[in-house]
Amino acid sequence: MTEVVEQHPFAKYLREAMMPHIWCTGCGNGIILNAFVHALDELQIDLDKLVVVSGIGCIGRTAGYTNVDSFHTTHGRPIAFATGVKLANPELEVVVISGDGDLFAIGGNHFIHAARRNIGIKVICANNFNYGMTGGQFGPTTPLKASTPTTPYGNIEHPFNLVHLAAASGATYVARWTTLHVRMLTASIKKLLQRKGFSFIEVVSQCPEIFGRRNKMRTALEMMEWFKKAAVIANFSDPAKAEITPEKIVVGEFLDLEKPTFEELLREKMNEISKENGE
Amino acid sequence: MKSAVEQKILALNGDEAVAYAVKQSDVDVVAAYPITPQTIIVERFSEYVANGEVETAFVCTESEHSALTACLAASLAGARTFTASASAGLALMHEILFVTSGCRAPVVMAIANRALSAPINIHGDQSDTMAQRDSGWIQIYAENAQEVYDSIIQAFRIAEHPDVLLPTIVGLDGFTLSHSVENVNALPDEEVKKFVGTRRFPNALTHEGKTAPLKLDPDYPMTLGPLAFPNYYFEFKRQQEEAMKNALSVIKQVHDEYARISGRRYGDGLLEPYKLEDAEIAIVCVGSTAGTVKTVIDDLRTEGVKAGLLRIRTFRPLPVQGIREALEHVKAVAVMDRSMSFGGQGGAVFHEVRHALYDSSKHPLTVNYIYGLGGRDTSPSQIREIYTDLQEIVKKNRVEEPVKYVGLRE
Ligand SMILES: Cc1ncc(C[n+]2csc(CCOP(=O)(O)OP(=O)(O)O)c2C)c(N)n1
Ligand SMILES: [Mg+2]
Repeated sequence: MTEVVEQHPFAKYLREAMMPHIWCTGCGNGIILNAFVHALDELQIDLDKLVVVSGIGCIGRTAGYTNVDSFHTTHGRPIAFATGVKLANPELEVVVISGDGDLFAIGGNHFIHAARRNIGIKVICANNFNYGMTGGQFGPTTPLKASTPTTPYGNIEHPFNLVHLAAASGATYVARWTTLHVRMLTASIKKLLQRKGFSFIEVVSQCPEIFGRRNKMRTALEMMEWFKKAAVIANFSDPAKAEITPEKIVVGEFLDLEKPTFEELLREKMNEISKENGE
Repeated sequence: MKSAVEQKILALNGDEAVAYAVKQSDVDVVAAYPITPQTIIVERFSEYVANGEVETAFVCTESEHSALTACLAASLAGARTFTASASAGLALMHEILFVTSGCRAPVVMAIANRALSAPINIHGDQSDTMAQRDSGWIQIYAENAQEVYDSIIQAFRIAEHPDVLLPTIVGLDGFTLSHSVENVNALPDEEVKKFVGTRRFPNALTHEGKTAPLKLDPDYPMTLGPLAFPNYYFEFKRQQEEAMKNALSVIKQVHDEYARISGRRYGDGLLEPYKLEDAEIAIVCVGSTAGTVKTVIDDLRTEGVKAGLLRIRTFRPLPVQGIREALEHVKAVAVMDRSMSFGGQGGAVFHEVRHALYDSSKHPLTVNYIYGLGGRDTSPSQIREIYTDLQEIVKKNRVEEPVKYVGLRE
């Protein structure tokens, strides 16, 4: 027996009016959005309690594509915005989905401070190693020697190790996957959605049109071949050693712990003060 | 006017014209962060750097705030310095814009004019620079890619002039100029190099009682940008205003000197009138729209309508007297604003033109047209309608609606 369905079972998660999307053929952003939507569906997340926040960039379009309350902030500010949403209504699940440039160049300060406070927002970074939207200039995650429009002879700036940065800054859940690790990524997003504190997933993502073609990986397939060849799963290994090089991409979960969140401590402090004041 | 030197015709868009002019202007430091529609400027320039065509230190910072801070520092250390941005990028520089002008650091910056969020929009309007008009920067707006090229070269001379020492913005309308390819006459490299020369520094008295060029130099230690409380702050600001006044004549001088080499003039460098001497009705505008207005004027003139234009090329410092003298005799003036001053009854250009006309004994009737926000196109037929409105206004001798909107759904 076959069943006729009128609508794609995941249609409710996306805004049809915003399609077609702007992402290039072969872009990894669709895989990330797909994994996110699968995680929402598997957990049956209450969409009325979910907020998606993005900054500016190719991946930033996610805020417009997901059919939930969402906000597309200015470049670099999604975490600051999400902080406000979470504090105004701690019951909401607030997820930031944004780019490596947005979260770690222009908005880098917000990331380390949100992690330090352990505010319960969830951050998914699409790391495509460049500023995709503005034409592929190098940014804070561009690997050494990589060629970009602003590093035609190869990048000489050391990139961030994002999972190390997140762990050192105070995040309580930290993972890295590539777009090839769809199942693990989805499982990881499910965990991220279930954790209380500041949680972070880096998704190493292919950008064949803007980044790959300048770095001898002209197609999505070639970029994913790299992920396949280089990826080494090392769960709960030292994030400081989780390198991304042409030879090796260390992926896995690096941290999963609990500590009081900022909103819990805030509530506690407020109760304590009101009690002292006899209210 | 004839050119004194042979020039090369290049097919460049406005952004490329900026990059080319910067390449020829012997710039020491460029620091920038990419943003549409400015990106091409920095990309082209980084190619020049990579090809060894310039001896410029090129710094890709992690935001515009850092880009301008790096330029400020380089400029204070004596370097010739350039950056470029647009929209949110310029807004993010806001804090440092005031530090740069307050430190009298002659940084030159190209702005590919673009709308501000929210809602998000990458297209052309002038909200970004108009919002920074009180930041102490000189503002020059170009009409086409040729003028973009010419203005950037002039900007270094203006900004670095010892009587001025003010940072300078050259505005080019996003996409209309930044991304449209035109023929651009480029001067030979040596001519530009000779024209811009090397930076000159006024002398300052150091805390050790020595006289030294005003820049950071380990041989003559001095502190720049220190505290100045109620006892001194005010005097600093008054001096900036004096420098702006000086800039009015320096911009004209530099423009004249450049015209002798290039054969190109844009009015007197401050204002460019078009068929204005005998005009009865006139439009005032800033930037690329002037090109459209000129073609409409040509049509109207063949029909016997005495229409004219005053293009404001230099918006800061505002040539108040020039505006008054140029428009006094006109019966009705339509001022076009490509940005809004919410709650201010009309846009910034309108306010300033009306202000300039207040001291005239003959008060032309003035009306404001807000247009082209977020990149909305303004057609020749819409410009024609403005002139038709002006004819009505002259007939009735009265302005019924002081602020109107061009091509808006209401
Ligand atoms: C203040 C400001 N500066 C610059 C820009 C231009 N800009 C838009 S997206 C972007 C980079 C995006 O890179 P990333 O966050 O890595 O996202 P991707 O496009 O690669 O997905 C930049 C520099 C902007 N919108 N606002
Ligand atoms: Mg990116």
